[in-house]
Amino acid sequence: MWSLSSITDIVQTWLGSTFNPTIALLLQFVMAGLLVITLFAVLGLVLVFMERKVSAYMQVRIGPNRVGPRGYLQTAADTLKLLMKEGLVPAGADKFLFNLAPYVVMISAMLLMAPIAFAKDFQMWDLNIGVLYVSSVSSIAVIGILMAGWSSNNKYSLLGAMRSGAQIVSYELSAGLSIISIVILVGSLKISDIIASQQDGWWIFKGHIPAIIAFVIFLIAVTAETNRAPFDLAEAESELTAGFHTEYSGMRFALFFLAEYANIFIVCAIGATLFLGGWMPFHIGNLQAFNHIMDYIPSSIWFFGKTFFLIFVIMWFRWTFPRLRIDQLLNLEWKYLLPISMFNVLLVTIMAIMKWHF
Amino acid sequence: MEAKEIIFYLLAALTLGSGLLAVTARKIFRAAIFLLFSLIGIAGFYFWLQYEFIAAVQIVVYVGGIVVLIIFSIFLTQQAGTDLPNPPLRRIIFSALAALFGLIFSWMLISQHPFKPGAESPVAVSVANIGSMMLNVNDTGYALPFELVSILLLAAMVGCIVIAIKSRTETAN
Repeated sequence: MWSLSSITDIVQTWLGSTFNPTIALLLQFVMAGLLVITLFAVLGLVLVFMERKVSAYMQVRIGPNRVGPRGYLQTAADTLKLLMKEGLVPAGADKFLFNLAPYVVMISAMLLMAPIAFAKDFQMWDLNIGVLYVSSVSSIAVIGILMAGWSSNNKYSLLGAMRSGAQIVSYELSAGLSIISIVILVGSLKISDIIASQQDGWWIFKGHIPAIIAFVIFLIAVTAETNRAPFDLAEAESELTAGFHTEYSGMRFALFFLAEYANIFIVCAIGATLFLGGWMPFHIGNLQAFNHIMDYIPSSIWFFGKTFFLIFVIMWFRWTFPRLRIDQLLNLEWKYLLPISMFNVLLVTIMAIMKWHF
Repeated sequence: MEAKEIIFYLLAALTLGSGLLAVTARKIFRAAIFLLFSLIGIAGFYFWLQYEFIAAVQIVVYVGGIVVLIIFSIFLTQQAGTDLPNPPLRRIIFSALAALFGLIFSWMLISQHPFKPGAESPVAVSVANIGSMMLNVNDTGYALPFELVSILLLAAMVGCIVIAIKSRTETAN
């Protein structure tokens, strides 16, 4: 049967037999880079359209419906508009850092694509520290935001960047602890091991209540880490005009915008991998017949289905909750989420030692 | 040249170049950013050596922790937009000499080492190995240093809270 992994195998053997190893490696780098950029462009188009339709649905509107059939070409038109716009640099700005900042945010998002398993055996880099790599590389993005806020030479931008820094650094803790609770159950940081351990059921079902608590905390923490409402204090258009990207326009603004949606996709993909089995089809224990029927649905459809379900949940948050104040935001993390997730890690450890999970 | 050599030289250029710029930059925020790139280059070396765990820890601790801390302290204390004044010539000369002596000292140490591949196979640096080494109480384990470091960290955290806490009488006023 056709699968993504067979295509990559064919390409790999063809490259290996045609070129010498150095050139073959370089060509593989170029191909992987092009695929990631294409995926980002498509994700940007699809997710922005999805966000506008979801928000319209939540607010009992129709949403974009003029450009193209039923408004499907709306985001393509938006992209064209952003490409045509002039990219202004404010007079007092630090030009070098101002231009560099969007690329730092974008590159950290691109690096995070490496360990994600999009389908069975379809993964760029199955390194042995998988989820640790994800949580470490995602911390580079905050530097890009701080850089953007400082180099704009604008008080609103600086305030937005400070808020964003405080928020990301503190919510990284509970996101990390909820990831660790699954790592304890699996006993490995490797993405492929984590997915393989969910062969007989996803962790959210196998891990009882502690896994569900970890899942909820993970969702809250990643919503805060991607700077989305109800935690969008870094942008907060009613207080800070647009926060750290107030001074950005044209293509540089588009890069920030794209990186935000790419980051949403990445955190949802990680959430789907840890708690909902990644590309693993829905299996129940040892019910062989049922499991075989589920295996007929391709693994990539399972992965993207779960990821887009989580993206929908995060969009749902955005359009239903009011924005928090900065003190409420920090109280929520340090006084509620962090103690709960620490206690939860203890519970999970006891459960893993006593083998109480399925 | 093989791909691995090209990657090595690219990483070395990134690390050394941004390290040099971090020292010579006139704006303090730029210096912090160049320091960040230098540290990322070192993390790249660890990845290149396939010590993925140390590479990830390097990024978590230095990029996600220390550089963010440096940037925050610059935001809160410095007039970050203005250029720093030129350091006096005496200071330039002595810091250059210090760097030179450091370089000579480490070069002499490195040149004594033969760098021949050993007969025994390299140790697998899986996370499980690192964990069992750290909590092992045998002769090969590192349980005592590990616990000592954790007590040190705990003391540092308690100290931070004591410094940061507001006393009741102050808030009453």
